[in-house]
Amino acid sequence: MAQIAVIAKENYPLYIRSTPMENELKFHYMVHTSLDVVDEKISAMGKALVDQRELYLGLLYPTEDYKVYGYVTNSKVKFVMVVDSSNTALRDNEIRSMFRKLHNSYTDVMCNPFYNPGDRIQSRAFDNMVTSMMIQVC
Amino acid sequence: ITELCGAKRVGYFGPTQFYVALKLIAAAQSGLPVRIESIKCELPLPRFMMSKNDSEVRFGNSAELHGSKVPIPYLTTEKNSFKRMDDEEKQQETQSPTKSPLASPPSSPPHYQRVPLNHGYSKLRSGTEQMHPAPYEGRQPLVQSEVSSSGGPGAKPLRHQASLIRSFSVERELQDNNSSYPDEPWRITEEQREYYVNQFRSLQPDPSSFISGSVAKNFFTKSKLSIPELSYIWELSDADCDGALTLPEFCAAFHLIVARKNGYPLPEGLPPTLQPEYLQAAFPKPKWECALFDSYSESVPTNQQARELNRTEKTSVKDMTDFPVPTQDVTGDDKQVLKSTLNEVLPKDVPEDPVIPKDSNSLKARPRSRSYSSTSIEEAMKRGEDPPTPPPRPQKTHSRASSLDLNKVFQPSVPAPALPPRPCPSQSEQVSEAELPPQLNRAPSQAAESSPAKKDIPYSQPPSKPIRRKLRPESQPTESQEPSTAVGGPASGTSVKPHPTVQKQSSKQKKAIQTAIRKNKEANAVLARLNSELQQQLKEVHQERIALENQLEQLRPVTVL
Repeated sequence: MAQIAVIAKENYPLYIRSTPMENELKFHYMVHTSLDVVDEKISAMGKALVDQRELYLGLLYPTEDYKVYGYVTNSKVKFVMVVDSSNTALRDNEIRSMFRKLHNSYTDVMCNPFYNPGDRIQSRAFDNMVTSMMIQVC
Repeated sequence: ITELCGAKRVGYFGPTQFYVALKLIAAAQSGLPVRIESIKCELPLPRFMMSKNDSEVRFGNSAELHGSKVPIPYLTTEKNSFKRMDDEEKQQETQSPTKSPLASPPSSPPHYQRVPLNHGYSKLRSGTEQMHPAPYEGRQPLVQSEVSSSGGPGAKPLRHQASLIRSFSVERELQDNNSSYPDEPWRITEEQREYYVNQFRSLQPDPSSFISGSVAKNFFTKSKLSIPELSYIWELSDADCDGALTLPEFCAAFHLIVARKNGYPLPEGLPPTLQPEYLQAAFPKPKWECALFDSYSESVPTNQQARELNRTEKTSVKDMTDFPVPTQDVTGDDKQVLKSTLNEVLPKDVPEDPVIPKDSNSLKARPRSRSYSSTSIEEAMKRGEDPPTPPPRPQKTHSRASSLDLNKVFQPSVPAPALPPRPCPSQSEQVSEAELPPQLNRAPSQAAESSPAKKDIPYSQPPSKPIRRKLRPESQPTESQEPSTAVGGPASGTSVKPHPTVQKQSSKQKKAIQTAIRKNKEANAVLARLNSELQQQLKEVHQERIALENQLEQLRPVTVL
């Protein structure tokens, strides 16, 4: 796993985490460009009722080194995951389950009354979960 | 001796070091070489030429006697219990790495140990901040019990220690009831528990239901901790992540806040003693008084030594659970610290002074109960002071007052000459308060006037609420003016003479109740109307928002491209 990012509805980042060896700037740029693709997919969905399947956007686009996966919640908060293309062991289901875990953790963060929506996510539990996911993938 | 007991290394004499030092002094005085092993044997009490107060001497006594007696019968190896305690304490260790005075107890389990075992133990503990390479000695029951309840870290080489620890913990469990475990700052004592429960009740009358997130947020924000810290505390304590706190969750959160305010760093994970299941099991009912006295009866066994022992245990319990600043060795200060922390955390001015002088004699069993009962007085006082702090739960009288106030507010502006008493600004509040019941009453003036006398007390408390509500009616003048004008007539008549009816109040209780009921109904009607209007506004705003979002969506594809 290379990076995980949580983007707010207004397209500013709430949480970005990448494995240390990566070039952070490059990753930020990739996430930013992938937002366009995400928006395109969202608008393509139209007025359809969102269900679990549509929350997961799947492979947004593959680049030479990486694959970018997207996931959007009901409140238009986006999760973007960038993984190594060389990591072929990752199946679609695994990505889905990881996004589900992300979503659950994000919900827990939301439940905290001291968390103002729109703040950067500073929850330690969320951090731990993301770290464990990244370790599991790498 | 100082070096042996570890005070040199830590830089101060915590209770552990102190007891160890006392034992070593006794050993030296009886001619034994000053080494760790010398504490193993039964030592006579250390003789101190200088004048010491009884407490210290007694500590030395009980520590030695107990320490020397206990380990001997319990030298059996039990790995399982040890392992269990290992995990417990390890978790505990990681959670509170900087509590050095308490950390020394955990490292002290290597008493009665051969040196290699100690080294092994210390090596194991090198992972934590509490690195005490020199073995610790002279365990006193307190420290041991702390260790025992907290478990002994460092696994394999310390079976003996484990058994000792376990035996101590068992012993302590026999002596202590349940709550006064002195092992860590994450245990909630009876006093604290009761205090938290009272606070819970002030926010939410039903102890078995939830406190909502916003309510809890307002309440905890008063503790003046930073928002990220509060956010983290919430994360720790809201185990089911439902955005609401049950009673045990609330107690855990409160306890963490108190600990943080006393300088303890927040743990990485919720300590086992703060888990909701544990809290619910440990404190099933708020019968804290019974529990306290039970523990007292248990702690006063027949022989004096045991009593002294228990006293020292209890004092050290207090010591530990009060999150002492390291300089605190005098047990008399314990209660003060506890009370002061509680008071400091919450913005209540509870007079602490009457409690403290009693606490200074906390060594005696009787003053102890007195101090506890004074705690109850304190709690009652705090409870009594609860109303002044704005509880999120609006009380009926207040809301009624505020909603009625709305009506009252408009009256002067509309038919001014019709209401001579009201236009006076200085009297507007009291007059309006006095008129509130009669206003909605439409009943005999006597009943109306009897209720103002009753209601004046609650009305005086939230003076801010009527003021705040005045803003709202301005947006909906018509609704409130109609009923207010209708009751303007009888109200003015009754407001003229509020005083004579006070005498008749006692005889008009029933009518007052009926008045109150009627008032409530009126208030409900007013609020329902308000609610429906606001709902209407909300719908309109929603529709506007949807329209705007639609426009935005239509415009967006143009820009993205």
